[in-house]
Amino acid sequence: MSDTYTLYNKTVMDHFMNPRNMGDLPNADGIGEVGAAACGDIMKMSLKVENGRITDARFKTFGCGSAIASSSMATELIKGRTIEEALHFSNQEVVDALGGLPPVKIHCSVLAEEALKAALEDYVKRNPESASQVPPSAASANGR
Amino acid sequence: MRHVYLDHLSATPLLPEAFEAMKPYFLEAYGNPSSLHQHGLRVREALTQARVQIAELVRAESPDEIFFTSGGTESVNLAVKGVAYANKRRGNHIVWSEVEHPAVMNSVEFLEKEGFTHSKVPVDSVGRVQVERLREAITDQTTLICVQLANHDIGTLQPVAEVGAIAAERGIPLFVDANSAAGWVPIDVQHLGASLLSLSPHRFYGPKGVGVLYRNRRARLVSILHGGVQEGGRRAGTENVPAIVGAGVAAQAAARDLESRVTHVRGLQERLWSGLKAAIPFLKLNGPEPGPQRICNNLNLSTEFIEGEGQLLLLDMHGIAVASGSSCVSKSLKISHVLAAIGLDHALAQGNLIMTLGRDNTAEEMDYVVDEFSRIVEKLRGMSPMWDEFQRGIIDSVVAPTGRGRSFSEYAAEVSGKAAH
Ligand code: FES
Repeated sequence: MSDTYTLYNKTVMDHFMNPRNMGDLPNADGIGEVGAAACGDIMKMSLKVENGRITDARFKTFGCGSAIASSSMATELIKGRTIEEALHFSNQEVVDALGGLPPVKIHCSVLAEEALKAALEDYVKRNPESASQVPPSAASANGR
Repeated sequence: MRHVYLDHLSATPLLPEAFEAMKPYFLEAYGNPSSLHQHGLRVREALTQARVQIAELVRAESPDEIFFTSGGTESVNLAVKGVAYANKRRGNHIVWSEVEHPAVMNSVEFLEKEGFTHSKVPVDSVGRVQVERLREAITDQTTLICVQLANHDIGTLQPVAEVGAIAAERGIPLFVDANSAAGWVPIDVQHLGASLLSLSPHRFYGPKGVGVLYRNRRARLVSILHGGVQEGGRRAGTENVPAIVGAGVAAQAAARDLESRVTHVRGLQERLWSGLKAAIPFLKLNGPEPGPQRICNNLNLSTEFIEGEGQLLLLDMHGIAVASGSSCVSKSLKISHVLAAIGLDHALAQGNLIMTLGRDNTAEEMDYVVDEFSRIVEKLRGMSPMWDEFQRGIIDSVVAPTGRGRSFSEYAAEVSGKAAH
C-alpha cells in the first residue's frame, strides 16, 4: 500500500497539517472566542483592523481536524475585507474554499464563522463609532 | 515512513496458520455443512473441529455448547435477546452494567421497547462494576445479567467471577461479553460462572465475519434469526465455513500462546505508559493502572487541552494507527458512554486516545510512539486556546490542578453558551 488515504480531502488536510495564521495577535482590535455546543470544541479568533478593513487575522482552536482547517481557511479568506463585508461572511464560503467537508463536520465551519463574528462584535464594542458604518441587522447576526 | 499499528481492538492481522487452514474451504471444500453428501460431510467435520478448538479456549464442557454467528455483535444480540425471549414467562428484567459495549446496550434498549425492563449498574472511577449495586438491582423478575469481561474502551477487567457467584446463587443466567478480552485473558466459563459468553475472533488473529457464542446446556436460548435448523436450531443460516475454520485455528493458537503473548504485550504496555507519562505533562490514563485490574493490551489516554481527532490524524500521518473516543470522532458527536460513566471531565473526554497493542509490536516501536506523540501533543497544544489560557491562569488543569483559574468545563460551557446551532 503506497497510497496514503486521508479522512479529509487534500485541501483540508493541508490546512490541518500546515495551518495558516495560527496564533494570537499581540495588539488585536477584536477578539472572539466561541464554543460548539454540539461537540464541545472551542475556537478563538483575533483581528487587526485598520480604516474599517481587516488587515490581519489569527486563530487558535481546540477541536477536530476540520475545525482547525476551517479556522485556518477562514482567517485566510477574511483578510482584506471591510467590517461590513466580514459581517456577511458565511461558513459556506469556508466549506467551498476547502473543497467540501463531511456532513457531520459542517458545524466545525460554523464555529469559524461564529468566532469571526464574535471578534467583529468585540471590535465594534471597543470602537462604537464604527457601529454607524454597520447596518444594525448585520451586527446582531451572530451565528444561527 | 515507519508503521506502528496500535489498534488491535478494532482488528488484528490474520494469523498465517489460520489463513492456510482456511484456504481449502474456498475453492475445494466448498460444500454446505447441511448437505448429506461427501462435500457436506467433509466441511461438517471441519466445523466440529473448530468447535472443539473454541471449547478448549474457554474451557467449555462440550463442543456442543459452541455456536457460530457472523460476528461478536450478532453473538451479543443472540445472547441478550435469545435469553430474554426464552425466559419471557419467568420474568422480564435485565441487569447490566453501564459500561457494556453498544451491542449489549442497544440490544437491551431494543428490548425495552418490547416491554422488557432493566437496571443499569454503575461503575467506579476506573470503570469497575459495583458488585453490591448489581446484587441490589436483581429482582424476582430478573432473567438475565450482562457483564463484560474486559471493557472495550478503558480495558477494565470486571469482577465477573464474583458476579457469576451471585448469578448462580439466584439461579439467573449470566452473559459475559468477552469480545474484547478473548485471546488476551485466560477464560474459564466454569470458573466465571458464565451461562453464555461471546467471542470475537478477529480480535485475536482470526478472520472477520465470524463470531462465537458459548452457551451452557442448561441455559435457555431461542433463535433470533429465523430460517433453517443450523447450529442446533439456535442460529439459522449457512455457516461461514472458511471463517469458522480460521477462528478455530486462531483460538487454538491463542490458547497455546496466551502466556507468552500476555507477558510480551504487558511489558510493552508498561513501557509505553511509563514513557508517555514521563514525556508528556497533563496526560491521564483512564481505567486502572497497568496490572491485575487492566487488560494487558489497552491504554486509554486523555491528553489535556487538546482534542482527540487531531491527535489521531497527526499520529496517522506519522504512521501510527490509534483510535479515539472523542466526540469529534464519533458520528453522533457524543463522547464515549464509558468515559461518561466513569465521570471523566468532558474536556478530558475530548482529548481521548485509545492505543491497543498486539503480539507483533516491539519495545522499539513504543519508544518511537513516545517520541512522535510528544511532538504532536506539543504542536497541538501550541494551537490550542485552552493551553494558552491555562498558562495564563485563566483555566485550571483537571489532571494536575494548580488552584488557579476556573475549570475548563465551566469555561467551555460559558463560551458555548453562544450555541453553535
Ligand atoms: S469542531 Fe467538533 S467535530 Fe469539528
